[in-house]
Amino acid sequence: MQWLKRLHNWIDSRLQLGEPIKEMALHPVPNKTASWWYVFGSAAFVLLMLQIVTGILLALVYVPSAGHAWESLNVLNHQLTLGWFLRAMHGWGSNFMVAVVLIHMAQVFLFGAYKYPRELTWILGVFLLLMTLGMAFTGQVLRFDQDAYWGLGIGASIASRVPFIGGSAVHMMLGGPIIAGATLSRFFAFHVFVIPGMLLVFACLHVWMVLKLGINEWPMPGRIVRHSTYVSEYHELTKKDGRPFVPGAVWKDAFFSAAILAAVAVCAAVFGPYGPGGQPDPTIIQTAPKPDFFFLWLYAVLSYLPPSLETPFLLIVPVLGIAGLVALPFYAGEGEKSWHRRPVAIIMLTTIAVSWGVFTHLGTFTPWSPKMNAWSGGPPVPNRYIHDASPLVRQGAIVFQSKQCRNCHSIAGAGGQRGPALDLVATRMTEDQLIRQVLQGGGNMPAYGKNLTPSEVTALVEFLETLHPVNQPPATDASRSTAMVDTKPQP
Amino acid sequence: MIEEKATVDRNEEAGTHPDPLTVSRRWLLLKIGAAFNAVVGVAVAVPVVKYLLSPVKPDEAYKSWVSLGSIESFPVGETRLSKFTNPVGRSWDGETDGVACWVRRIAEKEFQVFAINCAHLGCPVRWFPQSQLFMCPCHGGAYYADGSRASGPPERGLFTYDTKVVEGRLQINAGQMPTLANTAKLVQIQTARGGSPCNG
Repeated sequence: MQWLKRLHNWIDSRLQLGEPIKEMALHPVPNKTASWWYVFGSAAFVLLMLQIVTGILLALVYVPSAGHAWESLNVLNHQLTLGWFLRAMHGWGSNFMVAVVLIHMAQVFLFGAYKYPRELTWILGVFLLLMTLGMAFTGQVLRFDQDAYWGLGIGASIASRVPFIGGSAVHMMLGGPIIAGATLSRFFAFHVFVIPGMLLVFACLHVWMVLKLGINEWPMPGRIVRHSTYVSEYHELTKKDGRPFVPGAVWKDAFFSAAILAAVAVCAAVFGPYGPGGQPDPTIIQTAPKPDFFFLWLYAVLSYLPPSLETPFLLIVPVLGIAGLVALPFYAGEGEKSWHRRPVAIIMLTTIAVSWGVFTHLGTFTPWSPKMNAWSGGPPVPNRYIHDASPLVRQGAIVFQSKQCRNCHSIAGAGGQRGPALDLVATRMTEDQLIRQVLQGGGNMPAYGKNLTPSEVTALVEFLETLHPVNQPPATDASRSTAMVDTKPQP
Repeated sequence: MIEEKATVDRNEEAGTHPDPLTVSRRWLLLKIGAAFNAVVGVAVAVPVVKYLLSPVKPDEAYKSWVSLGSIESFPVGETRLSKFTNPVGRSWDGETDGVACWVRRIAEKEFQVFAINCAHLGCPVRWFPQSQLFMCPCHGGAYYADGSRASGPPERGLFTYDTKVVEGRLQINAGQMPTLANTAKLVQIQTARGGSPCNG
């Protein structure tokens, strides 16, 4: 063991890193921060390391060429020993990393850690989040399949909406006029060199500041942050009620990071790698592109916004959101840290979390999209709807099925959800209203006046008129019967 | 800022170096060195920026006439999927240099060619001849047979290519992915000043 110590001394007398590292390891942290709530930051850093290592291992095989990328992914998946596992580790690692970064941010926000003197730590954290999301998006592009291809199309369409420079922005993003070889090459450069380089530098600065400024103390109601007194109060706290960072607090970080890595490995082994999906051939149009999990909320929001609000939303809201996050520590740099005294912060966090959850959930089953094969691939109109029906009604049921009504309207629980389910439509609309709706459309339904013959409309409406419960009559126009009575010849 | 720091350092060094003139000459040399670096930096940055901006070209530079094949392959009154190879491409583009489009033959000599990309966010629209609609799988945009908007989030109808028939073959003016930036030149309809609205 003597030689080991001598080697250490030899190296450190030249490297000169022993003292600063020792100082950092032994710096006192407040006792209460040795908590399981304070483990997410270190876990995010460990996941970043995992992504770098697995990324380099994948880059040994991956071919960043539009003509071969998809093929090389399939070789990784199916031909190289454990290539599938490394792809899965990288994919699941990215999922975990986005999740842990978001949880870390929510925790930091909830604990008021962005307040004085940790404003810059928070701002760097905001950029780290953006870069993590940037890695998630560019990573999805490198998985060069159909979803990646059309996802790029969505990205280009969004870029094209920027006023004045939209066209140039698209050319810059794609590296040319269309999504092709140049596009993949530049996304590869961003995913592998540009963003990770920045991410690593920013993450190290972020950690540096945490070590130098001290970890945020556990917030207590009534303990107010003031520029004039905070630093001395904090040092007093660490002196009176503190312990050395190593091993007093760091053992929980170590446990949690190991657990997260184990979770990534288990997910990778059980669920396997992500795709690649269909080959990136733009002439294969039988596809319903979808973004990865963390962009599903945006996908959902884009389908619910009114068309006129969409461009302003896409271009203004992200800028406002980022500006708001950056401005937060300056707006609320002092005052209470405890969540017991910050109701607005709690409401904001809950609202954002719930909205994000709802939109993500909607994004998983896209009720706004027509089901492209519901008319041909789904079940036919159930027997009970046409069992005792007249020939005209049956003809209407055929029109209903063959004219793709079902792509947007479900019946008996099968079909699209773009429009309302039609099982009870006769109780909601009179015959005349049905005819008008079919012919003219409206309320987000196309007009079918040109696409249906008059006899088809008659049959279709006759069928729709039968869609009501046995004990509930179809809706009728009250004035119509009056008009009928009036025209009856007087006795 | 630099000025201020320089003064501070000079004062500090004044104790050890009695000759302030020598020190200020060093600072001057450093400043000249920094300025030299700035000049070289700009000189190097110009080609770098030009290199980075090289994909940005006017639309016309990317577009050219592409043949979609004999007009006989498109029956009158029907809308068919057609494919072509993008005129601008590189050898390593693989399958991505292919482009799909919808060809609608209205009459013997009259064609409409729609881009495959939905005017909303560029997803591939599908044609349903039975209901005479184009539907988009992403966010549910729908278009009529003539490409006009029927429902959903798109703000406009499908993008179209210019067409011409040369020696019995259908040609379109294509070359770049159609987006709102390069095809959505809104036609401003002038406010009526009396007379027929059809006078234009």
